[in-house]
Amino acid sequence: MADGQVAELLLRRLEASDGGLDSAELAAELGMEHQAVVGAVKSLQALGEVIEAELRSTKHWELTAEGEEIAREGSHEARVFRSIPPEGLAQSELMVDSMEDEVQRRLQLVRGGQAEKLGEKERSELRKRKLLAEVTLKTYWVSKGSAFSTSISKQETELSPEMISSGSWRDRPFKPYNFLAHGVLPDSGHLHPLLKVRSQFRQIFLEMGFTEMPTDNFIESSFWNFDALFQPQQHPARDQHDTFFLRDPAEALQLPMDYVQRVKRTHSQGGYGSQGYKYNWKLDEARKNLLRTHTTSASARALYRLAQKKPFTPVKYFSIDRVFRNETLDATHLAEFHQIEGVVADHGLTLGHLMGVLREFFTKLGITQLRFKPAYNPYTEPSMEVFSYHQGLKKWVEVGNSGVFRPEMLLPMGLPENVSVIAWGLSLERPTMIKYGINNIRELVGHKVNLQMVYDSPLCRLDAEPRPPPTQEAA
Amino acid sequence: MPTVSVKRDLLFQALGRTYTDEEFDELCFEFGLELDEITSEKEIISKEQGNVKAAGASDVVLYKIDVPANRYDLLCLEGLVRGLQVFKERIKAPVYKRVMPDGKIQKLIITEETAKIRPFAVAAVLRNIKFTKDRYDSFIELQEKLHQNICRKRALVAIGTHDLDTLSGPFTYTAKRPSDIKFKPLNKTKEYTACELMNIYKTDNHLKHYLHIIENKPLYPVIYDSNGVVLSMPPIINGDHSRITVNTRNIFIECTGTDFTKAKIVLDIIVTMFSEYCENQFTVEAAEVVFPNGKSHTFPELAYRKEMVRADLINKKVGIRETPENLAKLLTRMYLKSEVIGDGNQIEIEIPPTRADIIHACDIVEDAAIAYGYNNIQMTLPKTYTIANQFPLNKLTELLRHDMAAAGFTEALTFALCSQEDIADKLGVDISATKAVHISNPKTAEFQVARTTLLPGLLKTIAANRKMPLPLKLFEISDIVIKDSNTGPAFFPGRCAEIFARGQSVGKLGVLHPDVITKFELTMPCSSLEINVGPFL
Repeated sequence: MADGQVAELLLRRLEASDGGLDSAELAAELGMEHQAVVGAVKSLQALGEVIEAELRSTKHWELTAEGEEIAREGSHEARVFRSIPPEGLAQSELMVDSMEDEVQRRLQLVRGGQAEKLGEKERSELRKRKLLAEVTLKTYWVSKGSAFSTSISKQETELSPEMISSGSWRDRPFKPYNFLAHGVLPDSGHLHPLLKVRSQFRQIFLEMGFTEMPTDNFIESSFWNFDALFQPQQHPARDQHDTFFLRDPAEALQLPMDYVQRVKRTHSQGGYGSQGYKYNWKLDEARKNLLRTHTTSASARALYRLAQKKPFTPVKYFSIDRVFRNETLDATHLAEFHQIEGVVADHGLTLGHLMGVLREFFTKLGITQLRFKPAYNPYTEPSMEVFSYHQGLKKWVEVGNSGVFRPEMLLPMGLPENVSVIAWGLSLERPTMIKYGINNIRELVGHKVNLQMVYDSPLCRLDAEPRPPPTQEAA
Repeated sequence: MPTVSVKRDLLFQALGRTYTDEEFDELCFEFGLELDEITSEKEIISKEQGNVKAAGASDVVLYKIDVPANRYDLLCLEGLVRGLQVFKERIKAPVYKRVMPDGKIQKLIITEETAKIRPFAVAAVLRNIKFTKDRYDSFIELQEKLHQNICRKRALVAIGTHDLDTLSGPFTYTAKRPSDIKFKPLNKTKEYTACELMNIYKTDNHLKHYLHIIENKPLYPVIYDSNGVVLSMPPIINGDHSRITVNTRNIFIECTGTDFTKAKIVLDIIVTMFSEYCENQFTVEAAEVVFPNGKSHTFPELAYRKEMVRADLINKKVGIRETPENLAKLLTRMYLKSEVIGDGNQIEIEIPPTRADIIHACDIVEDAAIAYGYNNIQMTLPKTYTIANQFPLNKLTELLRHDMAAAGFTEALTFALCSQEDIADKLGVDISATKAVHISNPKTAEFQVARTTLLPGLLKTIAANRKMPLPLKLFEISDIVIKDSNTGPAFFPGRCAEIFARGQSVGKLGVLHPDVITKFELTMPCSSLEINVGPFL
């Protein structure tokens, strides 16, 4: 019988009843499964105030299958007793001459619905013997609701064009929405969260008047990556342990040789007001190709190009691109990551200017409380680490590194002496992992990415309050 | 960043006051240090080997302090304390002096055999020194730190310290055949030849890292005294005969190496740091080194250098307005004793031998700024007026990315480094035809080559996300690395095409060959498109 029909029957019975009816009783009367009645009750409930249904729980005793058998045939003991022939069996140990089948009698009481006539101890005993089970039955006590009616009209699920044009929507009841159901997601493409953050940083730099540097070269020579930056040839960072050197092609062939000579002199003998490092600078070492360890090599190329243009014009440069480090890998470190770098070159720039630019930059990220700490980089002096106050962790955390490029780097390029170049950098992965609450960098970058995370990742709004990460420290 | 481990209470005792952890952290922040960890020997052992092994270990509080990589004068407790006390103006910077000995000067003669292997050596004497267990430990630890840092793991410079009272000069620094060198090294009970030692140390966790420096050379460096006692076989090991103990009173220090400048710096650091414990405080006894060409030099150099910097230069570079007198005071706090001279605008700065990191005026500017306090500097904005331009390739890429996502594709970000297989075998192509760039000494196969195509990265992304519902539509717009133009992946015959734009070939598309699909551990049919963005700029 269809749901609707059962529901109608129920309503008519309810109308005729005094006070209400019990769903199980109704099921028995109508000769149908209790579940069908329950289904009807539920669909009526969904209509609003047509009925009121109260869930009740009753317990009663039922016979198990074995119990049924005994009620019919008699208990095992009695059957054994009855099967013994009058002459007796030598090995039997009957303790009684005759017996009344008490067990069978009790079970028949329960079957007859009179379990309450048995004492609790008796019931307990039968249950232990698995002849009896206590069963919970959930029924509904149904009574009339405030909007009771015996007729239920079919509910519409959707508004249709026909209803709109005919106006029939005014007279039809609509099935309420189930706001707990999952909708169907529309087909869509997705942008990668790290690259969404990259887009936002690009916007910030462009808003601040910074021009984007070319960085479309993962491969670089040691010269541009280290020597031009006044990083000495025996510096630990130039170890195989930290840098990916190339086997093929192993050497860079094209280097601006007059500039190379000036760099060589500055490293080995000094000059431009510097003592230099006083070691034997080797051209072979500078020619070694590698995967760039920072985008500062691109900044060096850009500044060198700038220095060749006379007269000098001030510039602001930025880049956001991939760099490579051959270091130990862990949950927050991969061999490949992205560096963000900003550079300003002008006459008379001071450390105060660097701090001011950093303040504007970080304000666009929603970070306003900054502190600066002395640091060391081979190619900047003074150098500063930038810290911001993390509300969640209740401590100052490092958010970037910065400094003023050393004269030994700028003067051999041909930049005028009173031109200062300030620069700063940070990684792209760290703010992304904090923003998106990701703890393991492998879920973000590389082929082991969690695609569901990419599908679900929200818009990147760098200056909005970060959503609290699901666990503690993200990166 | 090098880390120095000091006993907190010893540190506070030397500083003359205690600090709370927060106060000391703040002091470190100001000075440019970092209080990285507060721990104890017990805690360290507990973390590495479990609580059982840690029982009985010391729970004396240790401060692990990170020190800038170019500050060799802060690599031990003595140097840290001295630096901080001068910074806080509690003491005046001690002046280090080289003195001539009462008796004969100690001599170290370098023979020409060393030229091919480890040509340089310098030496000095610490006279009437008084060690305690802590001072002794600090002395040994400083050598280790210097070895790891400026000495580039002993390759550039190696330090040997010896009990002078067990030796008799003059000393000879020469190089001999390994089989001709025989002595009892530190921590051993009998004599060995150099060959035997090289073998023995192959399994020594500490020394095995240095063997390569001399291993394959025909001659090994060795230092003898006048009685043929071996002081050391640099850079591997010292002799047991002249070993230093807590009771040693007179120390002969030799530094050998391949970088003369660094050898001199290292010697200066050791003697300046520990001359504090000599009877004649902060004096170092000279030693004479005779080079193969017969010329002799006296060491340690302990040179004080004078530099002149204009006060207004410092003010201009930092962005402050301090009087020359104040600037001189700030610099003096940074161990750069300064005074105003000449027209009142020039500052004369004395650079001590402990500050080898000061090589240009900008280093002085930084120290002035640190003493002033970075966070006291006023933040200003440069007046630099610029119009921003996007890099055309990136500008086009951004536009393409958005349209690809709008077309229903999901963006991936894959690794630029991968295995040879990924760009060759799995694509049905020979590696030599790919014109790929190869990495030297890759640690694993995943770092063998730089990608020549974006396809393998995308296929691996699909393979790693098998549980995702189909269809999977991925894209990536990023750099590849090629030496030349390369061949493409194998496509299913008849189901691929070359793409031309404005008469120029820009890429290929097609259904991937089933071999390619199975080699990437995928099962579903896959089609791909790869074009070069460059021609569209």
